[in-house]
Amino acid sequence: MADYTIDTADGRLEALRRMLTIREFDTTAGEYFADGEIPGFVHLYIGEEAVGVGACAALEPDDYIASTHRGHGHCIAKGLDPKLMMAELFGKADGYCNGKGGSMHIADVDAGMLGANGIVGAGPPMATGAALTIDYQDRDQVALGFLGDGAVAQGQVHEAINLASTWDLPAIFLVENNQYGEATPVDKQHNADNLSDTAQAYDIPGITVDGMDVTAVAEAVEEARKRARAGDGPTLIEAETYRYRGHYEGDEQPYRDEAEIERWKQRDAIESFKKRLVDRGELTEDEFEELRADVEATIADAVDYAQEADLPAPEEAYDDMFGESVPEIEQFAARPRTDGGNRGGDSR
Amino acid sequence: MTAQASLDQEQTETMTVREAIRLALREELRRDEDVYVMGEDVGLFGGVLEVTGDLFEEFGEERVRDTPIAEAGFMGAATGAAATGTRPVVELMFSDFMGVSMEQIMNQMAKMRYMFGGKTEMPVTVRTTEGGGMGAASQHSGTVHAWIAHFPGLKAVAPGTPASAKGLTKAAIRSNDPVFVFENKMIYERSGEVPTDPDFTVPIGEAAIEREGEDVTVVATQRLVGESLETAESLAGDVDVEVIDPRSLYPLDTDTIVESVQKTGRLVVADESPLSYGIHAEVATRTMENAFFSLDAPIQRVGTPDTHMPFSPPLEQEVLPNGEDVREAVERIA
Repeated sequence: MADYTIDTADGRLEALRRMLTIREFDTTAGEYFADGEIPGFVHLYIGEEAVGVGACAALEPDDYIASTHRGHGHCIAKGLDPKLMMAELFGKADGYCNGKGGSMHIADVDAGMLGANGIVGAGPPMATGAALTIDYQDRDQVALGFLGDGAVAQGQVHEAINLASTWDLPAIFLVENNQYGEATPVDKQHNADNLSDTAQAYDIPGITVDGMDVTAVAEAVEEARKRARAGDGPTLIEAETYRYRGHYEGDEQPYRDEAEIERWKQRDAIESFKKRLVDRGELTEDEFEELRADVEATIADAVDYAQEADLPAPEEAYDDMFGESVPEIEQFAARPRTDGGNRGGDSR
Repeated sequence: MTAQASLDQEQTETMTVREAIRLALREELRRDEDVYVMGEDVGLFGGVLEVTGDLFEEFGEERVRDTPIAEAGFMGAATGAAATGTRPVVELMFSDFMGVSMEQIMNQMAKMRYMFGGKTEMPVTVRTTEGGGMGAASQHSGTVHAWIAHFPGLKAVAPGTPASAKGLTKAAIRSNDPVFVFENKMIYERSGEVPTDPDFTVPIGEAAIEREGEDVTVVATQRLVGESLETAESLAGDVDVEVIDPRSLYPLDTDTIVESVQKTGRLVVADESPLSYGIHAEVATRTMENAFFSLDAPIQRVGTPDTHMPFSPPLEQEVLPNGEDVREAVERIA
């Protein structure tokens, strides 16, 4: 049974909580990145919360997801711990990847999260592979690969969908069409009306749903999951959504205007879902404010945890390359950099 | 202990490199349900170079799987499958096609374990064919093992004999790390004694001294192992040549090579890959780092001049390194 399902009032509240958690996590991550406390790049999911949460609400806890470079939302939707996520963003030793991955590579394979991914279009082949394992070992799971609208132009995405379709694998491919592939609008990258149209080429269902509506996404993924589990192969879903922030934090966004962003914000996924719950009598304004305060406290705790956590020791840079060690790494790493010696070599 | 000495202690059977690899696959498919073979035309067709042969008949299409002609797709699927609990053995028909799938190899397969803080294994084996000699021209004759050996997070092995072909293939499949097995297509018909024990493996990272000698060390790989052994025999009486097959290119058994050079004082490195920036340079450098003062002559390289493999036989024979090149290299420094 799923952790929660959008078919019940409790489940809907949980979906709302997770959407709020994503927004608070990413808003906070943006602030600490701007302050220089988070290294590297961060790509925020703000605005797209309904897609990740809707999808994961329709999955079972042990289903797999493969994510994108904009992966924080997928992690939280899948149930990963914001503390360990934030610690990873801060480059700390007890982050999800021991400080070796950072924002673009958060992963927890045991939790079914096969990694955010710094390469556009690289996740779908991973989802096909996880679906291959599921099919091969006759497990009761599915694998869902998230990809952005930009990734639909990538060759390996088509190879992955074709392979999953040919082998009837229990895979789902979910395109998050946030209207921009990096800085280029979607209609300048594709000549298709709907990005789900390509499904026709693989003889699988291709549907486009409102990605600002968490229940619409959940219903589509639930249907795709049933089909996958019945042995009928993958489904390609396009969720139309919107990226409120730039491609990366610090992106000055000369390619769009504020009015366009405001138009999409009128349909904000969190606000509209909250309103529906209030209208249905499943939530009061006071309860919503309590929920928001609770989420803010959770993320504040995550930041405290991340700030207080230890940085990795420099020598940990040489760990985790292989399961079975190779002598080269130890030999080349033998001299600490502070001694001023050259890497490698051992004149005797 | 030389490779021959260790073989004498075990039950063996004469077979070709092709048969040895097929036997390795058969034994591992029988041993572990999580192992399966996937690639282009590996099933009923038996593989374009006939390595998978009749495995399809015994194991069926679930375990000997034909893929679409989509190297990035199936290399990525193998990566995802390995990360989630199965042990795919991918056949990449010709190593020249590596480039088509390189994204999944270099950014996913090689990096996942490290980037995830060691929290996943990557038990994938990639078998591929290399080498010139059959007039297959540049896009089907490449020797690219240095790419993989150079790339952190990947292991590369390259058998020169039927026994090491079996043992390395089995070790690769049993490894929880990504291991590439580079099979030279011109030695599939080479035959020799192969241990029949299903638990026989060749540890990754362990070289074999195929012939002992006192005067010159020849480190040779793949097809050049056999040709170097023949050259060594023909030089016997004049020059006593020691022939080492490193078998593993990464990790590389530096100690065995260094100890040999400390004994002989002379080194020839023979590998079919292009001469610049590759396996030759690595073996030479490690030797100089560890045995510089044992060297009595400049290290010699035998390989492919930095060309592609041409089509027409006289052109191909011009650039393809062979036993005669090894002889000349040995004679230059002996």
